[in-house]
Amino acid sequence: MTAPITPGASPRPRAGIARRAAIWLFPRRGIQLRLLLATPLGWLVIAYLGSLVVLLLNAFWAKDAFTGNVEPFAWTLDAFNSLFRNEVYRTVALRTIGMAALVTMTDVLLAFPIAYYMSRIASPRVRNALVIAVLMPLWAAYLVKVYAWRTVLQGNGLLDWILEPLGLKGPGLTEISNTWLVLSYLWLPYMILPVYAGLERIPKSLLEASADLGGRAGMTFRRVILPLVFPALVAGSIFTFSLTLGDYITPDLVSDAKFIGNVIYDNSSLGNLPLAAAYSMLPIGIMTIYLLIARRLGAFESL
Amino acid sequence: MIKRKLVGTLGVIAIVAAACGGGASPKPSLDLPTSIGAGEGELNLVIWAGYAERGDIDPGYNWVGPFETASGCKVTVTEMTDSSNGVSLMQSGQYDGISASGDATTRLIAGGTVAAVNVDILPNYANVFAGLKDLPHNTVDGVHYGVPHGRGPNLLMYNTDVITTPPTSWDPVWEDGSMYNGKISIYDSSIYIADAALHLMTKQPDLGIKNPYQLNDAQFEAAVKLLEQQRDNGANYWGSYSDQVAQYAAGDMVVGTSWQFQVNLMQAEGQPIAGVLPDEGSTGWSDTWMIAKDAKNPNCMYKWMDHMMSAEANGQATVWFGEAPTSQQACDYAETLSPGHCELTHADDEAYYDKIWYWSTPQADCADTDAATTCKDQDAWVEAWTQIRGA
Repeated sequence: MTAPITPGASPRPRAGIARRAAIWLFPRRGIQLRLLLATPLGWLVIAYLGSLVVLLLNAFWAKDAFTGNVEPFAWTLDAFNSLFRNEVYRTVALRTIGMAALVTMTDVLLAFPIAYYMSRIASPRVRNALVIAVLMPLWAAYLVKVYAWRTVLQGNGLLDWILEPLGLKGPGLTEISNTWLVLSYLWLPYMILPVYAGLERIPKSLLEASADLGGRAGMTFRRVILPLVFPALVAGSIFTFSLTLGDYITPDLVSDAKFIGNVIYDNSSLGNLPLAAAYSMLPIGIMTIYLLIARRLGAFESL
Repeated sequence: MIKRKLVGTLGVIAIVAAACGGGASPKPSLDLPTSIGAGEGELNLVIWAGYAERGDIDPGYNWVGPFETASGCKVTVTEMTDSSNGVSLMQSGQYDGISASGDATTRLIAGGTVAAVNVDILPNYANVFAGLKDLPHNTVDGVHYGVPHGRGPNLLMYNTDVITTPPTSWDPVWEDGSMYNGKISIYDSSIYIADAALHLMTKQPDLGIKNPYQLNDAQFEAAVKLLEQQRDNGANYWGSYSDQVAQYAAGDMVVGTSWQFQVNLMQAEGQPIAGVLPDEGSTGWSDTWMIAKDAKNPNCMYKWMDHMMSAEANGQATVWFGEAPTSQQACDYAETLSPGHCELTHADDEAYYDKIWYWSTPQADCADTDAATTCKDQDAWVEAWTQIRGA
C-alpha cells in the first residue's frame, strides 16, 4: 500500500490463497453458482424457514399451566386436543375464511371495472394518472390507513357527522362489517394491478374477432375476456385472500370480532405459545391448498 | 468491584434458579447482593400504563426524569396489556424489571423468571406500611421478591350525564336486558372472569364461591354463563386504557369496569365521568416491582425499586394513577399534589382493602393447603375467555 508505483515494472502477482482459489474456480461454473447462491439461500433456510420450524415445533411441546413456561422437547398433543375440543376455534376459523372470501369477492367486483377502464378506455395520460392513484395508497403505512378509517367510523366521527342530518348513526368501532369495509379498501390495489396487467395482455384483435362473429358485449365478456383474465383474478385473489386470512390488527382496531390472527396473537402474547403455534398451522394449511389450486388455474403466469 | 460482586452473586442466583427450574419451585437463595453498585446506564421495564411518567402529559408529574439524572440509568418502558402479557414479556428475558400485579407475581416467582430481592439495601423500604410487607404475592418462604408500588380497586366508571344517581352496585354491567345495552365497557382479559364470580358471590350464595380466583367446575361454568349473557347484552371490550377513554369520550360507552387512572384522565379533561367502588366490593390489584432473574442492569433496577418507594416518586405515581401510596412519607407528599388523596385511596386502611379481591393466579389446587386439584387453572381461564370473546 505504501510502496511507490514504479511505471513499467508491473509487480508479479503473488500466488496467494485467494488467487489459487480463483484459478481453481475459474473453469468450474457450477460451483461458482452454488457459492454465489449459498449466502442468500442460507439466509432463507436458516433465518426464515428455521425460525418458522422452531415456532411450529412449539405446537408439540408441553406448557406449565401455572408459570406459563414452555418445556421444550416434552412432546404432547395437548395444544391440538384443546383446538379440537373447543368449538370456538372452529367458529373463529370459519368466520375468518368467510371474511377472506367476502373481501376477495368485493375486491373483484370493485377492481374489475377500474382495471378495465384503465387498460381499455382511458387515454395514456389518464391511465398513468390512474396507475399512480392506485399505487399511491401503498406508499402510506398500513397503520396510518387503518387509523384514518377509525376516525371515519368512530362515534362522533366523520361518518356520524355526514349521517346526522339524515337521522342515522355510524357503526361505531365494534361492528364486524367495519373489518370487511377496511380490509376491502386496504387490499384493493393488490387486486387492481394484476387484473389491469391481465386485461392489457388481451390483444384487441380478439375482441374485434368476437364482434365480427356477432358476439355482443355480454357474450364477448363471458366467452373471451373473462376466461382470458381469470388467471389474473386468481392471482389477485391470492393477495386479498391470504392478507385477510392473516390480518389481526385491522379487526382489533375497527371491530370487536376475533379472527384466526387475533387468537394466535392473543395466545402468544398471553404466553400460550403451543396453542398459538398449533392454530397457526391452520392458515398455513389453507394457503397451501389455495396456492396449489391457484397454480392449477394458471395464476402464477399472470403475476 | 462491588458491581462485579453483585453481578457474580446474581449469576449464582441465576444458576441456582436455573437448576431448580422446570416446574419445581426455586429454593430460596440467601445469596443476595449486599450493596447497590454503579448504574449500568440503562433500564428496561415492563409497566402498567401510567407507571413511568416523564412529564409529557402534565409537567407536574415526572418521576422518570429525576431518576435518570440521579442514577444515570436511561429508562425504556414497554406497557403490558394484562398480567399474562406481562409474564410473557418477562419470559423473553429482555427486561430488567416489571410492575407486576398479584396474578403475575406468583407465576413469575414459581417460574424462576424473577430473582429474590435484598430489601435491606433499599433505604426507603423501611418506611413502607407494614400492611404491604410479607404478603403471599411478594414474599415466599420469608424471601422477598420485590417491593410494593401501590394498590387500588377496579372501579365502576360511568357517564354522569346519562347516569345521574351514582350506582351503588355492579348491576348496571350485569343485568340481563340492561338499559345500557351496547354501551357497557369491559376489561378484555381472562382475569375479568373473577368479577363475574364476585358478582355471583352476592347474587348466588348457594354456589359457595369463597374466592373469586379459585373456582370449581360448577362455579366456573356459572361465571362463564354470566359473561356470555353480558356479551350478548352488547358488552364492548377494552384492551388499552386509551381505547376506553376514546370510547367514553365519544359517548359510545356509558358504564363499565375501569381503573382510577382513566377516571382521573377524563375528569382532568372536564368530561362528565365518575368512578365508584360498588357496595359488594371489587376486584383490585396490589402491584410489586420485581427484578428479572437475569437482569442485564441489576444495579439500575435496584436503584429504580428504591426510587419508586421514595416519598416524591411514590407520591407522584400513586396520585397520577389514582392508587394508594405505600408509605406515610409518600402519603404526605401526595397530599401536597392532591389534598385528601390518602383518605380517598384508604392508603393504610386494611379494613377497606379486605373488601378488595386482589388479582391472583387461578390454580388447579385452589391455592389452598390440601393437595386436591378441584379448581380451574390459568389455562382454563384463558381458554374460557377466548371462547367468550371469540364465539
